[in-house]
Amino acid sequence: MKSLADLEAIRKKTLDQVTLRKDEDSVRIVVGMATCGIAAGARPVMNAFMEEVAKRGLENVTITQTGCIGMCRLEPIVEIMVPGKEKVTYVKMSPEKAARVVAEHIVNGNVVAEYTVGAAE
Amino acid sequence: MEFARGHVLVCGGTGCTSSGCEQIIKEMEAQLKANGLEKEIKVVKTGCFGLCALGPIMIVYPEGAFYSRVKVEDVKEIVEEHLLKGRIVKHLLYNETVQEGSDEIKSLNEVQFYQKQMRVALRNCGVIDPEKIDEYIAFDGYKALGKVLTEMKPEEVIDVIKESGLRGRGGGGFPTGMKWQFTAASSGENGKYVACNADEGDPGAFMDRSILEGDPHSVIEAMAIAAYAVGADQGYIYIRAEYPIAVQRLQIAIDQAKEYGLLGENIFDSGFNFNLELRLGAGAFVCGEETALMNSIEGMRGEPRPRPPFPAVKGLWEKPTLLNNVETYANICQIILNGADWFKGIGTEKSKGTKVFALGGKINNTGLVEVPMGTTLREIIEEVGGGIPNGKKFKAAQTGGPSGGCIPAHLIDTPIDYDSLMAIGSMMGSGGLIVMDEDNCMVDIAKFFLEFTVDESCGKCTPCRIGTKRLYEILDKITKGQGTLEDLDRLEELSHMIKEGSLCGLGQTAPNPVLSTLHYFRDEYVAHVVDKKCPAGVCKDLLSYSIIADKCKGCSACARKCPVGAITGEIKNPFVIDTDKCIKCGACVETCKFGAIVKG
Repeated sequence: MKSLADLEAIRKKTLDQVTLRKDEDSVRIVVGMATCGIAAGARPVMNAFMEEVAKRGLENVTITQTGCIGMCRLEPIVEIMVPGKEKVTYVKMSPEKAARVVAEHIVNGNVVAEYTVGAAE
Repeated sequence: MEFARGHVLVCGGTGCTSSGCEQIIKEMEAQLKANGLEKEIKVVKTGCFGLCALGPIMIVYPEGAFYSRVKVEDVKEIVEEHLLKGRIVKHLLYNETVQEGSDEIKSLNEVQFYQKQMRVALRNCGVIDPEKIDEYIAFDGYKALGKVLTEMKPEEVIDVIKESGLRGRGGGGFPTGMKWQFTAASSGENGKYVACNADEGDPGAFMDRSILEGDPHSVIEAMAIAAYAVGADQGYIYIRAEYPIAVQRLQIAIDQAKEYGLLGENIFDSGFNFNLELRLGAGAFVCGEETALMNSIEGMRGEPRPRPPFPAVKGLWEKPTLLNNVETYANICQIILNGADWFKGIGTEKSKGTKVFALGGKINNTGLVEVPMGTTLREIIEEVGGGIPNGKKFKAAQTGGPSGGCIPAHLIDTPIDYDSLMAIGSMMGSGGLIVMDEDNCMVDIAKFFLEFTVDESCGKCTPCRIGTKRLYEILDKITKGQGTLEDLDRLEELSHMIKEGSLCGLGQTAPNPVLSTLHYFRDEYVAHVVDKKCPAGVCKDLLSYSIIADKCKGCSACARKCPVGAITGEIKNPFVIDTDKCIKCGACVETCKFGAIVKG
C-alpha cells in the first residue's frame, strides 16, 4: 500500500461487511421466516437478496428475518425500510422479484408497486 | 469475504476465553453448518466487551441481541431459533436488555452498564475482529497515520496532542504532548526510539490487556504517529509473557501491518520508515517502571536507573526514547481524527478525555468500563458497576493498585480525575478499581498490598528492599493482635522514610496503601491493637467462634462438617466449640441453618 487511496479502497471494501455492527441508520430488508414463510420459499428469496446486495457492493443495507406477520397466504413477505420513508411490504416474492426490488427500490429509490401488498389485495 | 446477513460476535478476550468461548465458537460453527447457514452468518471473535462477569458473551447483529453466560448447550437453540427462524431466544439474553411485555429488545447503549460509559480507547473492542486488519481499516483505521504523514509536520502533530490535554494513562498523569516535545527536542543523530509500556502488573488491572487483545492496531498506528512526531524509526512494545493472547494478536497485527506497508520503509510514500518489535517481559512488577523497563528491553536485569536523565534525553541504549502506556496510545488516533477540541470537550478542567477502569472486588458487574473523567465514584460503582452484591454496604474503593490508596465511603462522590484523587491521598494509577464492602478488613488490605510490594521490590535500593519488609512485619503483628499503639506511629514514620528515600516509583508509592488506610480507617487499626478485635471479622487470630445455646437445635450438622472435630455435644442439646482446637475456617457458620454460630 502506498497511498491514501489504497487505504480508502480497503476501507470501502470491508465496510459493507461490518456495517451492520455500526449504529448508523441503514436500509433494512426484513424477510418473514416463520414456518409459513419458509414453506412458501422465503429462504431462496433471502439468499437472492444477499447475493444482489453483495454483487452490487451496497453499503448500509442489512438483511434480517422476522416471524409471521399474519398474512400467511401472501408469503414470502419482505419488508423494506428506508430511513425517513414509509415501510414498503412486498408479497409473494421470488428470487427473480428480489433482484428487481434491489435494483429498482433500493438502488434507484423507485418502489416496485406491482409486487406490493397493495397490488395483491 | 462474502456478504453475510448476520454477524455473531463472540468475545475472545482472556476473561471469556477462560469461561470457554473457544468451545462455543466451535459449536456455533458446527451448528451453522448443520443448518446450512454457514454462508449467511459470519462468526467473529472479538476483543473484550467489558462485562466480564457475564461471560462468555455473544452479540448477534443486526438485531444487537446480547446473549450472556452462553453455554455450549445453548448454541443449538440460538442457531435454530434466532438465526434460522429469526426469533430471538429471550431467556438466554442478558436480562437487562429484555423489556417486560414487549418483543423489542433494549439496545446495548440503553443498558445501565453502558449508559454512562463513553468508549474512546475501547471503541473497537468487542466490535471488530482483532486479527483482521481490514476490519480495523473499515472503522477508520490507519486514516490518522495517513493524515499525519501526508498533511502534517511533526511539530503540528505534537501541537495537537499538547492542545488536547491528554495525560499519561499509566498512572502518573504527565502531559503526553510535553513528553513528545521533550523527546522531539533531544538530539537524534544516533537514532531515537518509541516504546510502549504494556507491562500491566497491578493486581486486578486488565485494561491494557483488553485493549491489546481487542484492538491491537490502534496502539501500533499510534506508535507510528508518535515515531513520526519525535523523529524515531524503531519502536518496541514491552509486554508481559503472561498475556499470551495479547502477545499473539499483537504479533499478527504487526505482521499484517508490515504486509500492507503500514509499517516498514517509506510508509504512504512519505519517506518515513518505522519498524516495530515486541519484547516480552517475565512479569516483574518493577518492569512497569520506565527505567527498569528499558533495562529489561536492553536485555539487562529489570532494575530502575536514577532519574534524571529522563528517557526523553537518555533512554534505550542511551538514546532519546519516548515511552507511553497502552491506553495513552489508544487515544492518539482519535485525537488526530477528531481534533484536539473534541477531546478537550470531554472530561474535567485538568483531566481531559476518558479513563478505562478494571472493576473488581465486591461488585456485581466485574469488568472493563470506560467513563469520561470527572464521573464520580458513586456513578461508577452504583450505576455502571451495578452495586455491591448481597446487599452489603460499600466500605471503600482501592484505586491505583499497590501504589494507590483507599477511598472511604464518605468520599464516594469524589469526581474521578488525576487531581481529585491525589488530593484525597489516592491516585489514578493505571486504572484498577477494587471495591470493598463491610466484610473487608482494611488492615488486612494494607497487608495484602505490602506483601505484594515486598515480593516485587527489586532490591536495588535499601529503603524499598528493607523498609517494605519491616512495614509488612508491623502490619502482620497488628493482624495477629500483638500490635501496640506505638506501632501505628512507627508505621507512619517508616512510610514517610520509604517514600522519600526510594529510587523509583515502586518504593516511592509502596507505603500509600498503609498511609491511606491509617488516615481513613485509623479506628480499625486501633480496634486491632487495643481491643484485639477485627471489626470485619477477617483476621483469623482475632476471631473466635461460639454457639449461641438458645438458638442451637442440637442437629450436629456443624460437628459433622468441622474438619478438626472441635465441635462436640449431644443430639438435641446445644453443642459447644473447643476454641483451642478450632482453626477458624468458618465452615460451621455456613452449615448452620439456624444462625446459631457467631464469630467475633
